[in-house]
Amino acid sequence: MDSNSSTPARPVLEAPDIARVLTRIAHEIVERAKGADDVVLLGIPTRGVHLAHRLAGKLEEITTRPTPVGSLDITMYRDDLRLGPARTLARTDIPGDGIDGRLVILVDDVLFSGRTIRAALDALNDIGRPRAVQLAVLVDRGHRELPIRADYVGKNLPTSLRETVRVQLDEEDGRDGVLLGERSEVGVPPAEGRESETTPVGEQ
Amino acid sequence: MKRHLISAADLTRDDAVLILDTAEEMARLADRPIKKLPTLRGRTIVNLFFEDSTRTRISFEAAAKRLSADVISFSAKGSSVSKGESLKDTALTLEAMGADAVVIRHHDSGAPHRLATSGWIGGSVVNAGDGTHEHPTQALLDAFTMRRHLGQGTGSDLAGRRVTIVGDILHSRVARSNVHLLSALGADVTLVAPPTLVPIGVGHWPCEVSYDLDSVLAKSDAVMMLRVQRERMNAAFFPTEREYARRYGLDGERMARMPEHAIVMHPGPMNRGMEITADVADSPRCTAVEQVTNGVSIRMAVFYLLLGGAEPAVSEPAAPALTRTEESS
Repeated sequence: MDSNSSTPARPVLEAPDIARVLTRIAHEIVERAKGADDVVLLGIPTRGVHLAHRLAGKLEEITTRPTPVGSLDITMYRDDLRLGPARTLARTDIPGDGIDGRLVILVDDVLFSGRTIRAALDALNDIGRPRAVQLAVLVDRGHRELPIRADYVGKNLPTSLRETVRVQLDEEDGRDGVLLGERSEVGVPPAEGRESETTPVGEQ
Repeated sequence: MKRHLISAADLTRDDAVLILDTAEEMARLADRPIKKLPTLRGRTIVNLFFEDSTRTRISFEAAAKRLSADVISFSAKGSSVSKGESLKDTALTLEAMGADAVVIRHHDSGAPHRLATSGWIGGSVVNAGDGTHEHPTQALLDAFTMRRHLGQGTGSDLAGRRVTIVGDILHSRVARSNVHLLSALGADVTLVAPPTLVPIGVGHWPCEVSYDLDSVLAKSDAVMMLRVQRERMNAAFFPTEREYARRYGLDGERMARMPEHAIVMHPGPMNRGMEITADVADSPRCTAVEQVTNGVSIRMAVFYLLLGGAEPAVSEPAAPALTRTEESS
């Protein structure tokens, strides 16, 4: 993607920044959830899952209790499935005690159009009935198409639709970072860590 | 995987693993309070059954309904087929009703291929068993069951596993599909049958042939028993049922000679006392009931991969399916 663009992608968050914002989000969760006793973290594949596990580690450092963490694949609930080939499914892994009556915090890397989160809410609806659902994202890049907002934001990043946000995580990409670059027409393999929110309709 | 699923031979190793992995995720739906996904809302799937079926028809119907598709079930008995309507006219009727996929079971080998290649319908065709030719989703659910018991889990194939298929190979579409699929997945397949029930040309199949069940049991990871299909037999293929059962039936004594980890499989319906004794059929090593459960997951995966997107997940030339991290621009 960015290797083909005219201007190279510039880092907006480096590894220490990501660690710092996750620590802050963990503290915010503990504060807002009054101890985070009933919190369940559900990461949205792929990078949201890694972030959820990292957040769970931070929460355990603060509360000295393990926080249940799982993953929630939203592929089957997407509203753009028929705009391309059928997509490979990722894993949905709900912690053993389920989500009924719990505070579920969805974790994703980039909040963009909001359609992914809409799909996640639909998926949650079929899995159980949480006490409440909140959203934690590493980056909010704006351009919402639905009335959805994040409860915990690592970094608000104003962007234009011509720009791309690439989140890289060590578990997936071998390094941590958030890069802001210009959109190119050339497709990039998923391993290169493209933003995970769907492109707004106007861009399609 | 093309736009249709007609033959297991059409599936590459990667296609097969993708279907098995997708089915693995579909199977997790069974643990949820709401066993339904919205993915195929607005799609119409027609079950077109020209031949009697219990498991397969119900399984396809359950799979389609769990993905929220509209399902029209059609059986030849009681339909205009009994008045002499041809396959073509039936197909044109379905097309006029806007079927996105047709699941067809037919007593004539090649009927699904004819339906898929004739231009009569625009949707996908899924072969649910045609004559003595193929039954690809049965082979997929068998492979899925084997991988769960013998494999390395998601993403893996069946490389190095030894599968023995026993019985009426001549009339078995299950055996044909399994030979193609299991060999694509890297398994070593041995067919065991009386010489009269081994098809001509089996030497060209990617498998071994043996006439002695006892000699292969000890080195089998899975033993698949096939029903003797009396309804397709027009000659005497073996002297007596008793002799067949004695030489090619699986009883407790023979099962004891199998390795401890080995499983006994049967596509159903079972002729207890013929190819399999009741104690083996009811033993925890027999996966017949589990295969039925897995059949729904496999058929959900096939429907999803064929109909879930604008085009099948794997087409020719093979294009990798998008992942969620790619933008849908």
